[in-house]
Amino acid sequence: MKRLAIWPLAALVLIALPFVFDSGTSLTKMSLMCIMAVFALSYNMLLGQTGMLSFGHAVYYGLAGFMSIHALQILAGPNASLPLVMVPIVGAFTGLLFAFVFGWVSTKRAGTAFAMISLGLGELVAASSLIMRSFFGGEEGVSADRSKLALWLGLDFGAQIQVYYLIAAWTFVSVITMFAITQTPFGRMANAVRENPERAEFIGYSTQMIRFISFCLSGIFAGIAGALAAINFEIMNALSVSGAQSGAVLLMTYIGGVGHFLGPILGAMLITALQISLSDYTGAWMLYFGLMFILVVMYLPGGIAGLIMMHEPVFRAGLLHRLIPAYLMVSAPALIWLAGAVAIIELAHHALVKAATEGPQLVLIGLEFSSRTMFPWTIALGLFVFGAVSCGKVWPRVKNAWSEIHSLMKQS
Amino acid sequence: MLELLLFSSLNGVLYGMLLFMMAGGLTLIFSMMGVLNFAHASFYMLGAYFGFEIAKHLGFWIGLVAAPLLVGFVGAIIERYGLRQVHKHGHVAELLFTFGLAFVIEEVVQMIWGKLPVDYRVPETLDFVAFTMFGTTYPAYKVFMLCIAIGMFIALLWVLTKTRVGLIIQASLSHPNMVAMLGHNVPRIFMLVFGGGSVLAGLAGVIAGPALVTQPSMAALLGPILFVVVVLGGLGSLTGAFIASLLIGLVQTFAVAVNVSLSDLFQFLPFNPKNGSVLGDLWSVTVAQVAPVIPYLLLIMILIFRPTGLMGNRET
Amino acid sequence: MRRIKTILGAMATAVGLSLGSTGALAQQTIQVAYIDPLSGGGASIGEHGLKHFRYIADQLNTAGGVLGRKFEIVPFDGKTNPQESIVQAQKAIDRGIRIITQGNGSAVAAALSEFVVKHNARNPGKEVIYLNYAAVDPSLTNDKCSWSHFRWDADSDTKMAALTNFMKARTSVKKVYLINQDYSFGHSVRAQAVAMLKEKRPDVQVVGNELHPLLKINDFAPYIAKIKASGADSVITGNWGQDIALLLKAAADAGLKVDWYTYYAGGAGGPTAIKQTGLADRVFAVVEGHANVPNPPSQAIESDFRPRTGQAVWYPRAFNQMYMLSEAIKAAGAVDAKKVAQKLEGMRITTHNGGVGYMRTDNHQFIQDMFIASFGPLPAGAKFDEEGTGWGWKTLGKVEGKDTELATTCKMSRPY
Repeated sequence: MKRLAIWPLAALVLIALPFVFDSGTSLTKMSLMCIMAVFALSYNMLLGQTGMLSFGHAVYYGLAGFMSIHALQILAGPNASLPLVMVPIVGAFTGLLFAFVFGWVSTKRAGTAFAMISLGLGELVAASSLIMRSFFGGEEGVSADRSKLALWLGLDFGAQIQVYYLIAAWTFVSVITMFAITQTPFGRMANAVRENPERAEFIGYSTQMIRFISFCLSGIFAGIAGALAAINFEIMNALSVSGAQSGAVLLMTYIGGVGHFLGPILGAMLITALQISLSDYTGAWMLYFGLMFILVVMYLPGGIAGLIMMHEPVFRAGLLHRLIPAYLMVSAPALIWLAGAVAIIELAHHALVKAATEGPQLVLIGLEFSSRTMFPWTIALGLFVFGAVSCGKVWPRVKNAWSEIHSLMKQS
Repeated sequence: MLELLLFSSLNGVLYGMLLFMMAGGLTLIFSMMGVLNFAHASFYMLGAYFGFEIAKHLGFWIGLVAAPLLVGFVGAIIERYGLRQVHKHGHVAELLFTFGLAFVIEEVVQMIWGKLPVDYRVPETLDFVAFTMFGTTYPAYKVFMLCIAIGMFIALLWVLTKTRVGLIIQASLSHPNMVAMLGHNVPRIFMLVFGGGSVLAGLAGVIAGPALVTQPSMAALLGPILFVVVVLGGLGSLTGAFIASLLIGLVQTFAVAVNVSLSDLFQFLPFNPKNGSVLGDLWSVTVAQVAPVIPYLLLIMILIFRPTGLMGNRET
Repeated sequence: MRRIKTILGAMATAVGLSLGSTGALAQQTIQVAYIDPLSGGGASIGEHGLKHFRYIADQLNTAGGVLGRKFEIVPFDGKTNPQESIVQAQKAIDRGIRIITQGNGSAVAAALSEFVVKHNARNPGKEVIYLNYAAVDPSLTNDKCSWSHFRWDADSDTKMAALTNFMKARTSVKKVYLINQDYSFGHSVRAQAVAMLKEKRPDVQVVGNELHPLLKINDFAPYIAKIKASGADSVITGNWGQDIALLLKAAADAGLKVDWYTYYAGGAGGPTAIKQTGLADRVFAVVEGHANVPNPPSQAIESDFRPRTGQAVWYPRAFNQMYMLSEAIKAAGAVDAKKVAQKLEGMRITTHNGGVGYMRTDNHQFIQDMFIASFGPLPAGAKFDEEGTGWGWKTLGKVEGKDTELATTCKMSRPY
């Protein structure tokens, strides 16, 4: 029963947030996070739950977005047949339609072949966006005005706050539905197909049919996300079907963690926040993204959610407090290491890229440095090396704490 | 017409050979290690940039030899300390690792050499006209590129078929587990193959840099086509990769020259879709406009109907 | 329980970041938001544009600013992504900025223009004006015009009008080949070229009309072969970026001898490509000004700009724009979007390169003299070369501003 309590609480949080953060940017940011959370969750239905790596998932998101923006254009007028709140259904149907057609072709193969087909399809659709100008609107894309649709309960959804609530409501419904799907027998069979397709075949299920159904369901929710994006931005353009968008959702889902339902939500929130704000602080934000991705792939394959959930059994056994001293000890060296790494990247970026533009002075955490002299470099390298070495020294403590906990848990 | 045919064939073969230089290495890596190296095109780009930098200080010819070796070294390091670490997490993780790597390499290249194209020139010794046909000249540098590519193919074939290491590599292509059980140091072979593939890609970059534009988006432009070639050619087959590269090279070069659209072909039909509709777009699009999309169509067709590729003997 | 904590924790982080981005409203400086790519592929161009605006702001501030306040250029990274640029515009507005400028990418311009129109309609009292310094899509001053949008770059139709006016008098032009990028800009260039040539030089034969995929062609040799086969003596192209560089490279490789009438041969990398190919005095570009126009004030600025920023002046129109903005704010007496817009329309100034320019009231398009410049070895007396090549621009022809005015379909409603 306690588990079910999460959902009403999450709903309350979604409702209450705009009262705490009410600037236009915060509303836009939160709306975007919700949209990306739905998109990433739909992607995880493929990757995390059914074990299908796709490089072209943005196709369903983007095509649904375009269909929705055309719908917004058509529905403009006081006597529209569909109010704005129902437009995501258009997105859902479009996502389903294209997932049905493309999925029937793609799910014939699995593993790397499937990934390659998805890549090919993604590039195909992205390239045809320049050919089919009437649907994709060429480079300018297609735009519409969401406030021109029929009023719904007296609201015209021009203001960002109204749109936020619309998006939040649809997000909530989609998340609950996707979670429910994971709890059904179908959801479990999808997991089985991910783990051991051969064995799943032997107990009588057609792996191709399961993959196909999974693909269609994921297309539906990607479509909802696309429609919400169309409503939020009131403009859709070919970048939404591009390989870059597919790469972005892959990044979000993987960094968040593919093994847990919550993972993609966390990843979507983190990456969206970084995407919007990181460029204000540093011009090297793309490098940080790439490095973060590589580090997660190499050392944290479970993602952030995996890292957090690793502590769940420890918490349940009441032993979490044993980890705290070790974590505290390692946090200082880790921060120093991080500071050193960031300093090196920022200095390098500044010396190589920005110095031509902004002059030799660089401002880092409020202090001015010159990227051309040796002094800041020595400090940065020193921090990096010192942090690495001291982390290495303290790490065994963390390891010991964990093995202690493991043996205690085995006993009880 | 004949002139167009001849020059397009020459250019198509050249482009195909360039693709093969990269696809050859990629096929070897993919077949042996099961890793689809997304960063392979990035090695091509690194080759071009290293070649440019070395050529600036020591001349083009030294760069021709040194840059690919440097790229191979980078590749070997990445395999030893990066890929091997990720190997235990499975194929998906390896794929994602190379994906992130491609991203990071592009960013680092942009940081060091800037976002604009760099002035990587054809060396003066090669900057003359090779021959003139039908009033159009053909530069000697392109003939040079062709020679290097063919030479590389022959060298690769010789190494793989006539040397001991080559035989082991060939065996690992189709039966990697057996080779390991026979006592060969498979991880070292992997590093060798990965490094070797990177050398080939780097070589392609060094010679293609002056002819095509050397810029940070080089890798992203060629990357997807490379996968098409590898999958089309088939796993475990270098000849397949060769045929697929030539095919794609010729198709793309010829398609660009063809300006026919469906509406041209079917002019006699009374069917005339409106200009602003989806059908109208499809009806009036020319083959030349569709040219960049054709490789992906081929990819999808092959994966559906013949997933082993044209000449492969293993499914992915 | 811990799931709630994780949700809350993550939201707190995100929120913390979002709070960080709402800065204090600066009443002392007049802030102008510059939304262009500052990272990724378009970054070098975005950065250089920013250098222009910062330099000009410095100049205006040294002269005392306006209404006792100084200008401040606030950069936002639009990442050449329309949706991203909208988010950045929202951030700028939240900080209290009411003047936005942008130029790189017509797709971004279209999105921003729509966003500003909707924002102004939905948020009375917080209106914003959008100053467009480089996006040349004609629709922004035709059916998508609005009172809040002003453009200082001649749109692509106007540039074609200037080019074809110049070609009218050149008897050497007999057979013209058109090659353009396959997207909206390329389409409009080719359509206008055909229409205007027919009108002004009906004797000229259009022997080829080619479209190629945008930024995807690595080797233009087949296209050059086609141009050669057609017997053309002139080529008109709107290509930019690597498309013009590679096109010229392929032409030089194949030994093609034609005149090139371009829009963007002077863009980043263009002069280097032209020098590399040896096509002296055969490549022309239609520009609103260049470094070697014999006008002492602009040449003085050029001499000062180059060492300070490390690059040449690419956008004389940025000078026109900021100068006019400053005058409009002075005349309006406040940084109020509606008042400033009212003062901007119809304003006449002496342009950066010394001619007469004015902002059309009907569609907010700035009208200025257009130059047809040719690139080659510097003639005697010319001071400035480009990109260290030793070659520079010289004026081949000039079209007066009033001769570049085109009819407009703009019907804008004004709140003043």
